[in-house]
Amino acid sequence: MINALIGGAIIGLAASLLLLTLGRIFGITGIMSGMFSGFKKSNMWQYMIVVGLILGSAITSIFMPQFFQYEFKTSLPLMALAGFLVGYGTRLGSGCTSGHGVCGLPRLSIRSVVATMTFMISGIVTVFIMGRF
Amino acid sequence: MSNLVALFLGLIFSVGLSVSGMVNPNKVIGFLDLFGNWDPDLIFVMGGAAGLNLILFRFILKRNNPLLGSSFHLPTASQVDKKLILGAILFGVGWGIGGICPGPGLANLFTLKAEPIVFVIFMVLGMLTFKFTSK
Repeated sequence: MINALIGGAIIGLAASLLLLTLGRIFGITGIMSGMFSGFKKSNMWQYMIVVGLILGSAITSIFMPQFFQYEFKTSLPLMALAGFLVGYGTRLGSGCTSGHGVCGLPRLSIRSVVATMTFMISGIVTVFIMGRF
Repeated sequence: MSNLVALFLGLIFSVGLSVSGMVNPNKVIGFLDLFGNWDPDLIFVMGGAAGLNLILFRFILKRNNPLLGSSFHLPTASQVDKKLILGAILFGVGWGIGGICPGPGLANLFTLKAEPIVFVIFMVLGMLTFKFTSK
């Protein structure tokens, strides 16, 4: 629980600092989709965030390997399906856990409140159904 | 300067994902398993992150402009529509199946495990499918 709170606060701090410095919302799918318009001066910051996301955990694992002691239990075909649904769904729904949850909820955005409740319920129902098979 | 800041904040965010346990798919599925062996930690992650932002965003958005830019870029849509709901439902299904959302997907790549690599490849395909079918 304490790790969850501390980790959450670190995530929030990064999101707040991005808003303070670049004036941008830390929504990871929004940031990733910005990369699709090619290499430009205007979207270089989006590439840099993605590189940071990939490297930050790698650096953490050197000092705190205990956070990475787990195995994935979902099969590869299902991971492919999961990835596709997450990619398509977050674009259709304009955001994911970071954009709607971490950033949208504190902005008291009604769209983000509805989206966050919806994907939580949909995730709970999915895990419930998957657990029966 | 902006790019260095972005790189640094991406790093920090990823450290947060790691420490909070959100990189671990079993923890996320444990949270979504409300009717099983429920793990409440994700509430504290979201509470810590959104709670801090609830306070800090207020002060930040009182400024006329961000430190390194001319204006704030905030979402302008305000209507709850079918796309928002359907998108969130599809995202939730994928999240429940795989146990990772986009950030933890990227943060898991360095492990070179097949699951996150497949997840991220298909996530990008899903995003591109949306881009080329929604005109």
